[in-house]
Amino acid sequence: MSEPTAPKPADAPTPEEPTRRSAMLWITGGVGAAAAAAVGVPVVGFLAGAVRARPIDWVPIGKVTDAALFPVNETRLHIFRNPIHEEWDGDSAKTGAYIRNLGKDDKGQEQFWVFSMICAHLGCPVTWFPQSALFMCPCHGGVYYENGDRASGPPPRGLYKMPWRIKEGVLEVQAPHLPTLQDTLEKPSDVVQLGIIKRDRGERA
Amino acid sequence: MKRILKAVANTVGGWFEARLRLKESVMPILEHPIPAGAAGPKGWWYVFGSASMTLLFLQIATGIGLALVYVPSADQAYQSLEYLNYRQPFGWFLRSIHYWSGSGMVVMVVVHMTQVFLHGSYKYPRELTWIFGVCLLLLTLGMAFTGQVLRWDADAYWGVGVGASMAGRVPVAGPGIVELLIGGPTIGASTLSRFFALHVFIIPGLLLALVGGHLWLVITRGISEPPVPGQPVDPKTYDAKYHEEVKKGKPFLGDAMTKDALFSSLVVLVIVALAAIIGPKGPGGLPDPTLTGANPRPDWPFLWLFGLLSLSPAGLETFVMLAFPAVLVVCLLLVPFVSNRGERAPSRRPVAVLVVLVGGTTLAVLTYEGMTSPWSPQMGAWSGDTIPTAVVKRSTPLELQGAAVFQNKNCRNCHALEGIGGKRGPDLSSVGVRLTRDQLIDQINNGTPGGGNMPAYGKHVRPAEMDAMVAFLVSLRPEGQPPAKTAGQTTKK
Repeated sequence: MSEPTAPKPADAPTPEEPTRRSAMLWITGGVGAAAAAAVGVPVVGFLAGAVRARPIDWVPIGKVTDAALFPVNETRLHIFRNPIHEEWDGDSAKTGAYIRNLGKDDKGQEQFWVFSMICAHLGCPVTWFPQSALFMCPCHGGVYYENGDRASGPPPRGLYKMPWRIKEGVLEVQAPHLPTLQDTLEKPSDVVQLGIIKRDRGERA
Repeated sequence: MKRILKAVANTVGGWFEARLRLKESVMPILEHPIPAGAAGPKGWWYVFGSASMTLLFLQIATGIGLALVYVPSADQAYQSLEYLNYRQPFGWFLRSIHYWSGSGMVVMVVVHMTQVFLHGSYKYPRELTWIFGVCLLLLTLGMAFTGQVLRWDADAYWGVGVGASMAGRVPVAGPGIVELLIGGPTIGASTLSRFFALHVFIIPGLLLALVGGHLWLVITRGISEPPVPGQPVDPKTYDAKYHEEVKKGKPFLGDAMTKDALFSSLVVLVIVALAAIIGPKGPGGLPDPTLTGANPRPDWPFLWLFGLLSLSPAGLETFVMLAFPAVLVVCLLLVPFVSNRGERAPSRRPVAVLVVLVGGTTLAVLTYEGMTSPWSPQMGAWSGDTIPTAVVKRSTPLELQGAAVFQNKNCRNCHALEGIGGKRGPDLSSVGVRLTRDQLIDQINNGTPGGGNMPAYGKHVRPAEMDAMVAFLVSLRPEGQPPAKTAGQTTKK
């Protein structure tokens, strides 16, 4: 409190007058901003890299005519390695699809139901019970009918349907991302693109 | 000899002191005066914060140890955990201490917060200290969740899945958040790396920074005096009063610190004892998403949320998942602004006591519900839990046939008989008293009307099976009780 205020040096410049000191401050600010941007842009780009294009891959499951693989009117769990994965994924790269061969339709075309194992409620794995023709989820008790429709419990919709096709007599399933309510397998979210990276909806050669 | 040693110690000590200048920087902090009451017997209320910090340091020490061996890679994490459990000397023990100390840290932070809340210590001028504390609670829970993911087993995998599914419900941005959270389109290697970075670098860094800020505030604004009924806080006069109070106070380095040290040491001993006796948690089932029969459960700090998600009505569910936790956090942050003056003693603040009682009971009940999860079908009950013999002792052949159908159609996954089996639907031990034959057939065929709890079995039960099953269900009555009948029905058949 009692400290005397230091007397101003006689040659102190008036505030309006630019000095070497204020020029130095401006330069430091500019160089600092450039340095921050030089580091910041790649770091932000790196972090946003998780949101990237998802190439469409098709996974061959088996010959449509193979009755051991696809018995008519029976639902079977088929397990395959998801191509959307890294080398070091281990078992977590495995994924499953519940496939039911519905036989030929009126036009003689083979028809299938292909469902994801992921419960539409909160993403736990559902189990198929052929005796009662129900899928049941162990987490919160979601139950689905054999056609994938919600039967009871908390799921807000039926099981996620997986896109499938028959190519040269082989049933192929589209490699699945983690399906969530706004980002299903049949209708992936456009928001994932965030306008930064276009998702590649074409087929991979 | 003693003299020479002392002289050497003084010279060496003096050399360092001349450079470090601890006597004028650190000592005043350690010796800062605290209210006399806080140094007395009431000081035992003040030990929970330092115990939380002690456990944080224990977590850092054991965590660094584990990081020397653990492999944060999706294809080898599980094996490295098994290596820690079975081959690395004391590996199981370090994992165990890390788990129990982490659990203890959650408990201690919550206890500390409850004490501060009940004693009104968050009131003027310690509002910011409380806000830092709320952030520390969130970060501690963040450590618990990310730590659970590093235990790369089935629970970890599906725990991330549930978290992602919840995030996926955020309007518009949901799918983008999911990809950022799991580090790509699927749960796998990038997810584990991400949670490793969160658990080991990002959240601990924030934790340490905020602990520093929390302590800085404790030192600059002083430890609150034990509350006295009839001495309300008035921001206008509080500072002067507190200033007078600490003039008669005691240095922190003394009785208060001794209490802290003794309590923290006891807590560490309890943690190590639990770790030695009960052992480490997991790893559980393999992190293979195609293994059906997984029965994912979160670690205990999140069981209340698991319970809440199961018990909330479908229409409110997304709100409960997304908005409710945010509302809770905002409420906690607003506490010191809603009441930053007035009485501090719990005896004069019935509402505060009620909030703690109701909140604590709610959390305890939800945790218990989450633990027992009666809403989950028991996936193995239909094949694993046989029909109690007493139930079928006097059954007719048709009823016996029905019992077999009942078992085969997986009914037991949701319906218990004499308490054994799923708890999602009602126990059917005496259903014959409650429902008539026609009502049973309707219930089985069509399920609960409006897409309720029970699926419709109509298409998958043949008439002969239905006949037998309903005969069995009607026979499920306590001895001597007649079957149910509708209001208009007379006793004659």
